[in-house]
Amino acid sequence: MSLTNEIIQQTLSQQFTPKVENFHILHDMLAFEVKKDASFEVIKFLKEDPSMNFNFLTDVCGVHYPDYEEDRQFCVVYHLHNWFDNIRVRVKVFLPANNPEAESIVSLYPAANWQERETYDFYGIVFKNHPQLKRILNMDEMESFPLRKEFPLEDQGRTDKDDRFFGRTGPNC
Amino acid sequence: MSDLLLVPEKRFEKQIKETKEKDGVELSILNLGPTHPATHGIFQNILLMDGEKIIDGEGTVGYIHRAFEKIAENRPFYQINVLTDRLNYCSSPINNTGWWMTVEKMLGIEIPKRVQYMRVIIMELARIADHIICSSVMGVDTGALTGFLYVMQYREKIYEIYEEICGARLTTNMGRIGGFERDWSETAWRKIDEFLAEFPAVWTEFENMLSRNRIFMDRTIGAGAIDADMAMGYGFTGPNLRAAGVDYDLRVAQPYCSYEDFEFDIPVGQNGDCYDRFCVRNAEVWESMKIIRQALEKMPAEGGFHADVPDYYLPPKEDVYNNMEALIYHFKIVMGEIPVPNTEVYHAVEGGNGELGFYLITNGSRVPYRLHFRRPCFIYYQAYNEIVKGRSLSDAIITLSSMNVIAGELDC
Repeated sequence: MSLTNEIIQQTLSQQFTPKVENFHILHDMLAFEVKKDASFEVIKFLKEDPSMNFNFLTDVCGVHYPDYEEDRQFCVVYHLHNWFDNIRVRVKVFLPANNPEAESIVSLYPAANWQERETYDFYGIVFKNHPQLKRILNMDEMESFPLRKEFPLEDQGRTDKDDRFFGRTGPNC
Repeated sequence: MSDLLLVPEKRFEKQIKETKEKDGVELSILNLGPTHPATHGIFQNILLMDGEKIIDGEGTVGYIHRAFEKIAENRPFYQINVLTDRLNYCSSPINNTGWWMTVEKMLGIEIPKRVQYMRVIIMELARIADHIICSSVMGVDTGALTGFLYVMQYREKIYEIYEEICGARLTTNMGRIGGFERDWSETAWRKIDEFLAEFPAVWTEFENMLSRNRIFMDRTIGAGAIDADMAMGYGFTGPNLRAAGVDYDLRVAQPYCSYEDFEFDIPVGQNGDCYDRFCVRNAEVWESMKIIRQALEKMPAEGGFHADVPDYYLPPKEDVYNNMEALIYHFKIVMGEIPVPNTEVYHAVEGGNGELGFYLITNGSRVPYRLHFRRPCFIYYQAYNEIVKGRSLSDAIITLSSMNVIAGELDC
């Protein structure tokens, strides 16, 4: 029997509750959250368990939610793909604002190496046990993490592009 | 924040010193790039060499990083299309269509069959243009410039088709949410037919020149080989993965845009070396032509050139000038005032280099909350130094061109 979203959800909840939570399906893809101390275990299980078989790491990226509560301001999103049953999942790991630190999965998927470096580069999310964590696209001397929401793209003093005229406020509207 | 900053170490200098002290072997550092004619783009590789042999390497990328993901967080959906052009600029229409399909998936828009077939045609033309460059540049890097100049004329013919469809050649900015900006002209259809009639003979000649050429085979067979397990581990997709013998192609695995309606094969290689990558790309050009022919044959007469979505699709210009409602819609769409749900979507298309994915998070505002591009180049290029380790410098050059690393996509 081929793998379905329900089976994945059931198996993971049985195995890892309360470390996994908030299962939901968006546009056919199963997404769920994993507590940060269990992220490596859960992804390892997804990769190595014969019933799961998520052999391919599609994507790793970070997201910044400055409006969320203190302990979930950063998020690392993993997209995993099982090529045998052709099913994808989205794994989210929320991290606190003051110490955004996640477990590196380079030992499971070498493809994560540069993607974790990219996430570090843009969000300052530190991946523990990464073989060579340093900036990748920005220069080494840079002192900020540019994709965080507190860094505006354009000069905020500009008046010719004032969005309040269209009934909007705030930097990212 | 400063406590999160990490200081990189200079490990090669350490290694040179160690081997000199231990075995008396003096290694050297070679700086390949960032602007070297053989790298075909701006990326640097610092290689630790023992004579002609590469002991270790470290890539530096980011020379043309333009912060597209940051810009995208501040631009309405229509304005992001021009950013996708500049990812893999050898096959912009694939990127454009991938982006529109992501937005359409997010909005839940149904696309008419005719538009889907038109998109398939333009994407396959773009794939041919992409593979023409990569395969012929491999010839250039092994010393055969003729083939490159010969097939480049036919890339020009593809660009003329783009020009006919959208007005631009390289950075096409093609399409709209829901379809195309205008119906394709008679000239466009005629040029597609002409291309399909002329190109097979040219491509056969190009293949004849290189694929059984002794010099070319000696240079490429066994060079830059990667096995299937390692390729999958490193996140390879596209022709580079298929050259290693894995038949993963998104057009078949997760068909989008009606690819399930067409019959075509997935060419695979065996050894994952430069020669296999070359052969897989060449074979894919034939498959692409096969798909275009089928799409032309099955093309429905009805269906128009865009979906009926007035909230998202710009109204025709003559209406904008003469009709109040059309003017309002025009203004709203241009200003990005379109209804957007609060959701997350991942959509991927088979680009020229592999799985090109768009991960879009929206929060109901006129701009994405977060947009991440899954660039195939960026992900597989990290294996480059692993592949060339232990090989000679000339192998490293040909490996780089056979992997088709496009700087725009690499650096985003």
